[in-house]
Amino acid sequence: MVTFIIRRLIASTLMLVVVSMVTFAIFFLVPRIAGATPETLATRYVGRTATEATVKGIAEKLGFNDPVVVQYGRFLKGVVAGEDYTNGPVVEHCAPPCFGYSFLTRRPVWPELLERLPVTLSLAAGASVIWLIAGVAVGVLSALRRGSVFDRSAMGVALAGVSLPIFWTGLMSLVIFSYGLGWTAPGGSYTPFTENPAQWAYYLLLPWITLSLLFAAGYARLTRAGMLETMNEDYIRTARAKGVRERVVVVKHGLRGALTPILTIFGLDVGLLLGGAVLTETAFSLPGLGKYAIEAITNNDLPKVMGVTIFAAFFVVMANLIVDVLYAVVDPRVRLG
Amino acid sequence: MSFLELNDLRIHFPTDDGLVRSVDGLSFGLERGKTLGIVGESGSGKSVTSLGILGLHKGGRAKISGEIWLDGEELVGASPEHVRKLRGKKMAMIFQDPLSAMHPFYTVGSQIIEAYRIHNDVSKKVARKHAIDMLGRVGIPQPDRRVDSYPHEFSGGMRQRAMIAMALSCDPELLIADEPTTALDVTVQAQILDLMRDLQRDFNAALIIITHDLGVVAELSDDILVMYGGKCIEYGSAEDIFERPEHPYTWGLLGSMPRLDREPTERLLPIKGSPPSLINVPSGCAFHPRCAFEGRTAGRAQTEVPDLLETEGGHLVRCHLPRETRRAIWTEEIKPNLEAS
Repeated sequence: MVTFIIRRLIASTLMLVVVSMVTFAIFFLVPRIAGATPETLATRYVGRTATEATVKGIAEKLGFNDPVVVQYGRFLKGVVAGEDYTNGPVVEHCAPPCFGYSFLTRRPVWPELLERLPVTLSLAAGASVIWLIAGVAVGVLSALRRGSVFDRSAMGVALAGVSLPIFWTGLMSLVIFSYGLGWTAPGGSYTPFTENPAQWAYYLLLPWITLSLLFAAGYARLTRAGMLETMNEDYIRTARAKGVRERVVVVKHGLRGALTPILTIFGLDVGLLLGGAVLTETAFSLPGLGKYAIEAITNNDLPKVMGVTIFAAFFVVMANLIVDVLYAVVDPRVRLG
Repeated sequence: MSFLELNDLRIHFPTDDGLVRSVDGLSFGLERGKTLGIVGESGSGKSVTSLGILGLHKGGRAKISGEIWLDGEELVGASPEHVRKLRGKKMAMIFQDPLSAMHPFYTVGSQIIEAYRIHNDVSKKVARKHAIDMLGRVGIPQPDRRVDSYPHEFSGGMRQRAMIAMALSCDPELLIADEPTTALDVTVQAQILDLMRDLQRDFNAALIIITHDLGVVAELSDDILVMYGGKCIEYGSAEDIFERPEHPYTWGLLGSMPRLDREPTERLLPIKGSPPSLINVPSGCAFHPRCAFEGRTAGRAQTEVPDLLETEGGHLVRCHLPRETRRAIWTEEIKPNLEAS
């Protein structure tokens, strides 16, 4: 188990390096191939009216004239050891782990990521609890009453939930529940949990529900399919033959048997969300990582894009590792090695 | 009244294709300490019968009628909750494939503990001790260590022993074993059969063994019931069935049984055709399309359902052939073939 985790950690680190290479290549190499020169890259960092000499100077200073490999090496060095950025008259030290320095906001990327993380974390944590409980509960009931009115309407709603895009459900729910009925907070507000938990939940309630609708639908379908399968297993008949109460048969024997794939998907989904729920955060104007990524891309702020991509990749890779370890915990037949 | 008594038990399943008469008018009695073997091909209704006794025949729309008396209590009309409380305690079941019949995610011990604690208000610790005792009793070495193993860590024979330990954990008075040895190696089969015989003697339970393997019932049974198309077609003591069988289907079963005392060059005598559809049961005697002697019933086999009649001292047969004809066919045509060497 321990050697498995160590080996996977090493592999995960390598994976992240590869991700950073690919990201780097996309944002620094591909424009060069497409014909961008160090000068055109540098124009993004100066005003439109800058003289040619200024542009040349900036390009030199930011290292756009160096080979891409050297630039990438500088990026890696920054992650490990930090890097100094000269911004006009001042020299900014970007402490490790330095994922770059944004000349637009005049700040290193890393602290900004850490500032945004709690918002995304809050969103993902609340929504995942709601969708897991709701999805699994609906799925179990649907499976037990297969073909009933409940099953059909639940699966209909689930289909709608999977199909409807967040930017539609999000805006509609804002229109109805926030602006129409006034039950929930309008978008655009966020209070840290540590400041005021009630306020925190109040502001996040609608984003949570909107986001969980999307996921709960998938989990309901997955749970239903799994339960339909496990409830036909021989070990369910054995449990009944022992005189186990039907409710216990369903939960302890049936659901337990159907839980493995659900946990797997759950881990991966949460990992993916931690990198930023782009649509939800945008629809509700939540200042999380997803919104950060969108802002970075819209402003062509490459260091930020690099940073947030690798940050998101980190969560996905870690989620994969955790899911693999959980697998062995959930299913004793699985041996790690 | 016997300890277990079935009266005209019928279990029918309405399906889109028609009514499946899995069990169609089955009656028998069984005393404590006695063993009944129920024999038949796949789809003859033997497994559904056993599930019906435990009240596990459900499958949604199953229709059950008739009577099941267990120790003076009628079960068909009893509340599901009442029957649930009897399950595992008064009547228990051993299933065919112990690997799929045990939950893969729980240890063997915790599954036995669960069975015990449903019906006994004891602490986990006491139940665990009991589980270890039971595992030791069914011949599992180092039970105090194996109790924490998962089913997949056991061999097939060990798993079936553990399954038996689980079924016996609450000291049931009726034990039903559905194909208990089918999934096992031949060498292990004999051990499991020995174990069941010993345990039955210890527990003085009524035992029903359901199998398609006449060799298994020959080992264990006092009485044998042969099922075909959801009905009993022959019932008698083990001696009746093996020494003086009177139904052509039973002859077929005996003929298709490999035997050591026969020449290896000789062919087995399989029953031609396949088991009947339980939706469109053949008219008259359900066995007539496969019966070699159907011609000797003057056409009655195709039109009339034969009754289950006593031929001699508790030996019942459901056949249109006159008793003398049956006996003559057995002694003159069938038996010599089976014993030919």
